[in-house]
Amino acid sequence: MRETALSEEILLTVEKPARYIGNEVNSVIKEKDKVKVRFAMCFPDVYEIGMSHLGIQILYSMFNSFEDVWCERVYSPWTDLHKIMKEKNIPLFALESQDPVLEFDFLGITLQYEMCYTNVLQILDLSHIPIYSRDRDENCPIVIGGGPCTYNPEPLADFFDLFYIGEGETVYRKVIDLYLECKENGISRADFLKKASKIGGIYVPSLYKVEYDDEGLISSFEPIYDDVPQIIHKEIEMDISDTYYPEKPIVPFIKVTQDRVTLEIQRGCIRGCRFCQAGMLYRPVRERDVELLKSYAVKMLENTGHEEISLSSLSSSDYTKLEELVNFLVDYAEEKKLNISLPSLRIDAFSLDVMSKIQDIRKSSLTFAPEAGSQRLRDVINKGLTREVILEGAKEAFIGGWTRVKLYFMLGLPTETKEDMRGIAELCNEIAKLYYELIPKSERKGRVQIVASTSFFVPKPFTPFQWAAQNSKEEFLEKAHFVNDSMHEQLNSKSIKYNYHEADVSVLEGVFARGDRKLSRVLIEAYKKGCLFDAWTETFRETPWLEAFEECGIDMAFYTSRERSLEEHLPWDMIDIGVTKDFLKREWMNAVNETVTPNCRAKCSGCGARVFGGGVCYEG
Amino acid sequence: MKVRIKFSKEGVMKYIGHLDIMRYFQKLLRRSDIPIAYSTGMSPHQIMSFAMPLSIGVESDGEYVDIELTDRITSAIAIERLNSNNVDGIKILSFKELPDNAVNAMASICAADYEVSFRKGYEPDFSCIRILEEIYAGDKIEILKKTKKSESIVDIKPGIFSFEGDDKIIKLCVSCGSVLNIKPEMVLGAVYSKMNSELNEFALLIRRKEIYTETEGTRISLNMIGADIL
Repeated sequence: MRETALSEEILLTVEKPARYIGNEVNSVIKEKDKVKVRFAMCFPDVYEIGMSHLGIQILYSMFNSFEDVWCERVYSPWTDLHKIMKEKNIPLFALESQDPVLEFDFLGITLQYEMCYTNVLQILDLSHIPIYSRDRDENCPIVIGGGPCTYNPEPLADFFDLFYIGEGETVYRKVIDLYLECKENGISRADFLKKASKIGGIYVPSLYKVEYDDEGLISSFEPIYDDVPQIIHKEIEMDISDTYYPEKPIVPFIKVTQDRVTLEIQRGCIRGCRFCQAGMLYRPVRERDVELLKSYAVKMLENTGHEEISLSSLSSSDYTKLEELVNFLVDYAEEKKLNISLPSLRIDAFSLDVMSKIQDIRKSSLTFAPEAGSQRLRDVINKGLTREVILEGAKEAFIGGWTRVKLYFMLGLPTETKEDMRGIAELCNEIAKLYYELIPKSERKGRVQIVASTSFFVPKPFTPFQWAAQNSKEEFLEKAHFVNDSMHEQLNSKSIKYNYHEADVSVLEGVFARGDRKLSRVLIEAYKKGCLFDAWTETFRETPWLEAFEECGIDMAFYTSRERSLEEHLPWDMIDIGVTKDFLKREWMNAVNETVTPNCRAKCSGCGARVFGGGVCYEG
Repeated sequence: MKVRIKFSKEGVMKYIGHLDIMRYFQKLLRRSDIPIAYSTGMSPHQIMSFAMPLSIGVESDGEYVDIELTDRITSAIAIERLNSNNVDGIKILSFKELPDNAVNAMASICAADYEVSFRKGYEPDFSCIRILEEIYAGDKIEILKKTKKSESIVDIKPGIFSFEGDDKIIKLCVSCGSVLNIKPEMVLGAVYSKMNSELNEFALLIRRKEIYTETEGTRISLNMIGADIL
C-alpha cells in the first residue's frame, strides 16, 4: 500500500481527507523509474472544483497515453491544510505518487479564472518552488500556464516559465520532446526556454521586454532576442473527433461539483455575443462526430459507474446533431437507470419534450439568459434572444406545466441606461403576467416563481468590449439597487426574486483580466497578507487586497474604469487568436451603433478565424 | 434475489466516510455490471443497505452490505468482476444469496469484534489488558458519554462481551446496534481514565474484524447466513 505524503494525524485532522490521498478509480499509476518525464497537472482550487474540470481530464489522459510520461494531479490544499503545511514546512505533493511537486519535470497550472491567482502563488509557495521564474534553478520543475486566462497572461508573467496559448491537444508532445532532448544534451533551463519559444503557441514571458510611458501605458513590447517570435499564435485542434478524449475519467470518492460524466459536444460558438470571451477565443466552431459521442458516452459511463451524464459546450442548441444525441442518451439512460443533466437549451418544442421526459416538471425550471433588459441593449451586446422568443418559450412551458423560470442578466454593459435596467424588471413582470393570464386559477399550484440574477459585466481581452470602461464598485451596487427597486414597482413583484453578485470581486477580476506585468507585485503582497481562495465568498476578503494595491502604488481604476483608445498597445497584443483586431474594432463600432451581426451559420462576418481552415467557416 | 456482500476496507480507504462508501458501492456495482434492482418512482435508486457505518480512520475485515438482484449471477463471477473494478483498499470477500426471510443486515446486528493496537509514539506505559481485566472485575464500568446536546454517565460493562490480548493487541467483542452501541475507544477510554490518564484521539489503531447477528440466543457472524450462488 502507498505511503501518504501527509501523516495519519494530519489526515484525521483536516476536513475531507479524501482530497489528498489519491487512489481513485481510473487514476493512473506508473513506475516512476520507467518514465522519462513527470508532469504535475494542477488546478489551483480545491479538489472538488478541480476534479470537475473537463480540460484537466482530457490532458491527463493525453499525457498518460504517452508511455514515457507520467502525469499526476495537484490541487490547492484547503485553508485548514494550508496552515498545517506552512507551519510544518510540508512540501506540496501530487496525488498519485504522493511525491513532492519539486521532484517533477513540469508543473502545469490551468488558469480558468482570474480570482485563482493567489492560489497559483500558494501552489508555488507550498511546492517550495521560487515564486519568480527568474529565481529558479536547473532542478526546479518548468512551470507552465494554460487555460483561458493565458490569453492575457501578463499579470502572472513573472511567475511562469512559459505559457501554452491555446488548446492542449496539439503541441505538448513537441514541448516534451524538446525538453528530453535538452535534458539529454545537458542544455540549460534558459536555453530550453529560448528554444521552446519557437514552438507554436508557446509564450516565454521572460524573453520579452516591456516599457511603459509616463501614464503607465505600454510604449514598447519587444522580444529580447531577434529569433524569438514577435507574435504568438494560438494553438487549435481542428479535428476534435480524432483526438484525445478521456474514456476513463477519474472517479472521485467524495462528491465533487460535477459528479458525472461530461461529454464535450463541440468547441466554439457561432453566436458572437460581444461580451463573451470564450465565444471569440475558441473560434471557429468545430463539432464532434455524433456517432463518436454516443460511443464515448457509453464507454465513459461503463468505465466510471457514474449515474449521470451531462453535455458540455457553448450554446449547445447550435450543435447540429443535438436531437439525435439527446434522444440516444434519453433511451440509454432510461434502460440503465441513469440521469441526464442538460445544458441550458433554447426553449422550444424539442427541449421542452426532452425536459419533460428526464426531469420532474414541478421541480425543474426554465432558464433564459437575455443578459440585458431591453432590446436596444441586447442589440448592443449582439445577444440574439428577443422578448418575443422568451415569451413564446415561457408560454409553451407554462402550458406544459412548468412554473419556475430563471433569468440571467448583466449589469454595467457599455451604453447601459436606466431604461435598460428597468427593462430587466419589466421583462420579469411580463413573464409572470403571462403565467397568470394563461393558467386559470383553478389549475395553478401557487405562484409562478421568477428568479432573476444579475452579474456585473467585466470587459475581457479579445472581445469587442476589450476597450470599454468597467463600472466601479459603487456604480455596480447603485445599479443593483436600482434594479431591486424596479422589481418592487412591478405588479407581480411577489412572484419575482432578485439576486445580484458581489461587486468587489468583479472589480478585482476586471483589474487582472486586462492587467499588465505591473500587477505581479500586488499579487505577491495580497498573498502575503493571507489572500487565498478569492473565488470563494466564504474566504474572500477585500481589505487586504485594497491595502496591497495601496502599498504598491497601483490604482485599480487604471485597469477598470478607464476607456482605452483604439490605438493603445494592449498587454495581450502579442497574442494572435485568429480573430483579428480589425474585426473586434468593427464589432465595437457596431455595438455603439446598436447594429446586430449575424451568427456564423447565417452569414460570415470575416472575423479572421477562417485562417484555421476548418470548422463552421467551411461548412456547406 | 437478496444478496449479502462482505468486504474489507483498509489503507487509505479508511479516510473515506460512510456516505462516500455508499456512493462508491453504487458506482462499483454499475461498473461491474451487477444486475442490481432499483426502486421504482421518479428517481430510481439501487436497493442497498449497509450493516453498520465504520468511523473514519478505522479499518475492517468484516463489512457488510445487502443488495437485491434482478437476475442471477454466480458468486464467483460477481466477486471476480467487483474486485477487478475495485480500488486498492476495498476487497470483496464473499457474495451470498440470503434466504427470503432474512432480516436485513442493519436491523439484525448485535455485536462486533475489534482489534485495537497503538499508533507508533502513542504506546501507553501501562498494560491496558491488565487494567481492563481489573476494571471488568468490578460491578460497573462507567464512562461519561458526550453527545452534541448532553452528557450522561453510561455503564458499558454489559456491552463488553469478551476481551483478550497482550500489551500490543487487544481483541474486543462489544455490543453494537440500537440498544447499546459500544466503540473500542470507549473501552480503552475507561482503561485510561482508571490510570488517571487521557486517551489521545490519535492513539488507537482500530480494525473491525467481524459483525454479528443473534439467532435464537446465539451470536453468529453475518457471513454465516446465506449461501454461495453456484
